[in-house]
Amino acid sequence: MGILKTFALGGVHPEENKLSSNAPIEKLALPKQAIVPLGQNLGAPSKPLVKRGDQVKAGQLLAEAGGFISTNIHAPVSGKVIKIDNVIDGTGYKRPGIIIDVEGDEWLDDIDLSTDLKTEIELDGKAIIEKIKNAGLVGMGGATFPTYVKLMPPPGKKAEYLIINGVECEPYLTSDHRLMLEKGPEIVVGTQILMKALNVKKAIIGIENNKPEAIHHMQELVKPIDGMTVQPLKVQYPQGGEKQLIKAVVNREVPSAKLPIEVGCVVQNVGTAFAVYEAVQKNKPLVERVVTVTGKAVKKPSNLLARIGTPIHQLIEAAEGLPENTGKIIGGGPMMGKALTSLDVPVVKGSSGILLMKKEESVREPENPCIRCSKCTTVCPMGLEPFLLSKASKLGKFDMAESEKIMDCIECGSCQYTCPASIPLLDYLRLGKNKVGAIMRNRGKN
Amino acid sequence: MDNIVIIAIAALGSLGLVAAVILYFVASKFKVYEDPKIDEVEEALPAANCGGCGFPGCRAFAEATTTSARKNKNLDGLNCPVGGNDVMQSVGSILGLEVEATDPLIAVIRCNGSIKNTPAKVKYEGATSCAFAHALYGGEGGCQFGCLGLADCVDACDFDAIHMNPETGLPVVNDKCTACGACVEACPRDIIELRKKGPKDRRIFVSCVNKEKGAPAKKNCAVACIGCAKCDKVCKFDAITINSFLAYIDFSKCTLCRKCVEVCPTEAIWEVNFKPRKPKEGKAPKPVAEKTVAKENAPTAKVEAGKAPDNETTE
Repeated sequence: MGILKTFALGGVHPEENKLSSNAPIEKLALPKQAIVPLGQNLGAPSKPLVKRGDQVKAGQLLAEAGGFISTNIHAPVSGKVIKIDNVIDGTGYKRPGIIIDVEGDEWLDDIDLSTDLKTEIELDGKAIIEKIKNAGLVGMGGATFPTYVKLMPPPGKKAEYLIINGVECEPYLTSDHRLMLEKGPEIVVGTQILMKALNVKKAIIGIENNKPEAIHHMQELVKPIDGMTVQPLKVQYPQGGEKQLIKAVVNREVPSAKLPIEVGCVVQNVGTAFAVYEAVQKNKPLVERVVTVTGKAVKKPSNLLARIGTPIHQLIEAAEGLPENTGKIIGGGPMMGKALTSLDVPVVKGSSGILLMKKEESVREPENPCIRCSKCTTVCPMGLEPFLLSKASKLGKFDMAESEKIMDCIECGSCQYTCPASIPLLDYLRLGKNKVGAIMRNRGKN
Repeated sequence: MDNIVIIAIAALGSLGLVAAVILYFVASKFKVYEDPKIDEVEEALPAANCGGCGFPGCRAFAEATTTSARKNKNLDGLNCPVGGNDVMQSVGSILGLEVEATDPLIAVIRCNGSIKNTPAKVKYEGATSCAFAHALYGGEGGCQFGCLGLADCVDACDFDAIHMNPETGLPVVNDKCTACGACVEACPRDIIELRKKGPKDRRIFVSCVNKEKGAPAKKNCAVACIGCAKCDKVCKFDAITINSFLAYIDFSKCTLCRKCVEVCPTEAIWEVNFKPRKPKEGKAPKPVAEKTVAKENAPTAKVEAGKAPDNETTE
């Protein structure tokens, strides 16, 4: 195979711990009550269309996009809307959401629930994008950027490559891995649909080398298809980052503060490719997703196909309960995920995993002074200086943080992972990004 | 030998002389007139350079006052909260203007979510800064409006006027507070408010900023304002407004009658520095407080009318 490709700058290789990689995707039972937050995507929250007391069917439109960068939200279950109220979300804050009491499992009539593979792509590019937009698709890797926005390159820009992200570089998580093994043909059709929508001739599926069976499986599937290849990649975190993946696969560098389309690339997650297949071929909006429930103390690490709005305690029960010495519950992976404050937090479009950490693993070392070892700078995949940026945002020097390109930070956490002084660098960087982002938005308004 | 000394003195002396002549003309040509009053005013200011007036430092405030006095013949909107009335009076006398006395303000912590009242449901580990904690999560006790207890306000204070109480986990303001507003800005949750210090340091305020409905608010915190509006009904002076299930007492209308404190079911309304009430007949200390209000703040007849019944009972 020769030397495997990877990205150029920085990166770390944390313990992989893919405990659930052999657990087949299981369909999770319907929740009693589905909690559907209205802000499930990057950008503006959606506007509710239903009222209290309305009967809804699964797949029915619940809320429409509240702006350009926003998405539709569909009912993940059938039943009665009992409340539109503030519900707790992954950050511990209460934000508006729709609560549905589940009654039966009735779907809208025009949704095809059969599992037959449908390879014929009937729609043309524009209709595909419209369909994806209406189905409320977002990037399933976790960033939840509305998919249709990525499929509409700004005038003058042309996509050359479609890169399908099957990297799954976060330790522990296996939802994309399982999806590739079990829904490979669907992902390939989804990729073809995306190629048609973007009018590109080449698609590359990037998969890290720690998933040999997935690489093999996908390679077999793409053999008969023109322009589609599978690219095995060296295991390196954060290869699943858009810009890192582009560098690794086609050796192009996305300029600072620019989108991948600048270098002729569009990146979509394998989960998104599968959702695209379902939306376009089966007319099924995004109402369920695969969530990995894992952790060293978890009795049965699983990959669960859960409806959006299912409270996470139900997922943990499906993995045979909360281990006794759980110290932290993390929404997402160990590197980028956020600790959850409640077990009532629902599954949303961007939930890729739930990680239950043991008490002894979850302890955070006390912060020590920076020893200027420059490890954080070495591992930063964006070529930033985390020690400087964290100091700037800690001291409120947001102008300095901005000029040092804090907004380029992808929040991968490599710096904090490697810091020998246990400085919560990512915490400070996130604060700085928050503030600088707000400052920049306000500047745009005035 | 002598010769060298003389030449040196003559050369340097003439050089100095030429330079002095040039400098004299340059200085008079490029002279910038600066009002000497600016220096005088600056002298009278506390030199804390805290920015509480809204200007970057005392010098800038002195310039602003002098300009305002020259152009507008008044000092409207200009106030040094640190110096208070005394300093503003002396500034006024320097500038030859009458300055109206303003009520001194003090920072007030509008949260009573102590460790006891809002027991922690989760434990937060991370950067020890309220700004960050606020950006990331909703609060240990589940109240997403309340104090995070990580002391950003203490760090912001230049006057040693605010400290954390380790027992309650809440900040406490002492009388060194100059109402410069640094803590107000530092608090990411807008808990701290500058309120009128009040006569004899007596003040009444709603010690809560929770905008949730009653039930969820109460669930997280025993002493949260639940928006029941009992205080609004009992207030005769229209001082209380209720917005998003949260009461707010307008300190310019409040007469410190303490009726709202009595009716509040969650004890979210606080009275500070009042004498303790005696049971039942104990309305004795109350009129004392009210009289001082009437005298010092000289509000309107409305106040007199409002407190009349109380006066009758005591006299």
